[in-house]
Amino acid sequence: MWLFNSSVGRKVVMCVTGASLVLFLLFHASMNLVAIISPEGYDMICEFLGANWYALVGTVGLAGLAVIHILYAFILSVQNYRARGNARYEVTDRQESVEWASKNMLVLGFIILGGICVHLIHFWAKMQLVEILGAIPENGMELIRYTFSQWYNLAIYLVWFAAIWFHLTHGIWSSMHTLGWNNNIWMPRIKCISNIFATLIVLMFASVAIYYFVISLI
Amino acid sequence: MEKTINITLKVWRQAGPKAKGGFETYKLDNISTDSSFLEMLDVLNEKLINERKEPVVFDHDCREGICGMCSLYINGHPHGPDSAITTCQLHMRKFKDGETITVEPWRSNAFPVIKDLMVDRRAYDKIIQAGGFVSVNTGGVPDANAIPIPKKDADEAMDAASCIGCGACAAACKNGSAMLFVAAKVSQLALLPQGKVEAARRAKAMVAKMDELGFGNCTNTGACAAECPKSVSLSNIARLNREFICAKFKD
Repeated sequence: MWLFNSSVGRKVVMCVTGASLVLFLLFHASMNLVAIISPEGYDMICEFLGANWYALVGTVGLAGLAVIHILYAFILSVQNYRARGNARYEVTDRQESVEWASKNMLVLGFIILGGICVHLIHFWAKMQLVEILGAIPENGMELIRYTFSQWYNLAIYLVWFAAIWFHLTHGIWSSMHTLGWNNNIWMPRIKCISNIFATLIVLMFASVAIYYFVISLI
Repeated sequence: MEKTINITLKVWRQAGPKAKGGFETYKLDNISTDSSFLEMLDVLNEKLINERKEPVVFDHDCREGICGMCSLYINGHPHGPDSAITTCQLHMRKFKDGETITVEPWRSNAFPVIKDLMVDRRAYDKIIQAGGFVSVNTGGVPDANAIPIPKKDADEAMDAASCIGCGACAAACKNGSAMLFVAAKVSQLALLPQGKVEAARRAKAMVAKMDELGFGNCTNTGACAAECPKSVSLSNIARLNREFICAKFKD
């Protein structure tokens, strides 16, 4: 199967799973924004999702996408490290047109994975997981208020968001490039689009975190 | 009056493919800034021969930037710090007096070192042999004007065809990927009507060969295009991906 045994195929798997996860982030960020506009509305969304079958299907799908994305990241990294040969360069220099993020996607991925673990413990384990186990989940709005009233949580989340921003600025345009949707004219355009998209998503997430930290101070 | 500089060279020396290599340091005085980098290496080799030492082995041929033989990794850049040129077009005026210049061979699993700075780049030839050609049935030659080709396509094919197969893309890539080379070779033919006929077969065969030879997976860092002595565009890789994915879906 070409998706496993050809380099372009493996990259297609990477880009399709990655792009799907970006769409999820967009959904998640829009949902979070409701927490600022209307706390009651946010609780309604939490209730609507909860542990209903569609939310569970979505969660399993997401977990699957994330696992494939991470698994392929490791496989590709090991293969690429081997392709470099046994000896490393003594002197390396950076090229002006090469983004820092593009060379550090794996490192950024580790930071993001760490952030996901913290985030799942903070929210998912107290909401959907509790509901799956048959108990009554904690209130989403209260969790947000409590979590972001702690300055260290805000700091952790902001570092996480920064890593996501860097990961997305390369990931979004790169996924389009891998699918072949690029040419000389569109190259600067899709790079610009992916910067805007990444900034938008990260700003939406960060605004909720900062908003509730500021609220807790007042 | 011509300007001269004194430099220190750190050169990778390796007796053979299996031997353990290491850096040797050489001091060179009064190198003319008008001389090319390879002329400077010639001066070094003459000096080594006079001292009854073994000269440094490096690849070179035309010395005018079209054959793709010269292949040195100088101060962290394939073909040196200048952009859009090959090593043989690099001049000593790009270096400062007293500078230490580190010269390494291409380092890639698919390009094993033969000796010192010379590497075996037959992997690229093998990729070409896998499909980088048009199978022509010789017969009556049609009139060139009978096949109209838009100027835009012709120009883009010509730009892709400027690839000299020097290996700088794979040498610059942190993943050891040869995608820019394969993309250029696929693009130059896929853009033209004569090459389009076999485009799908070509993309599949060349990518399969590239993977088989131990090149890495492209992650679109763009280091290849940034270091390419012929400024082959990164968007050729998108075209290769497109050709390959479409071909696989058709199967």
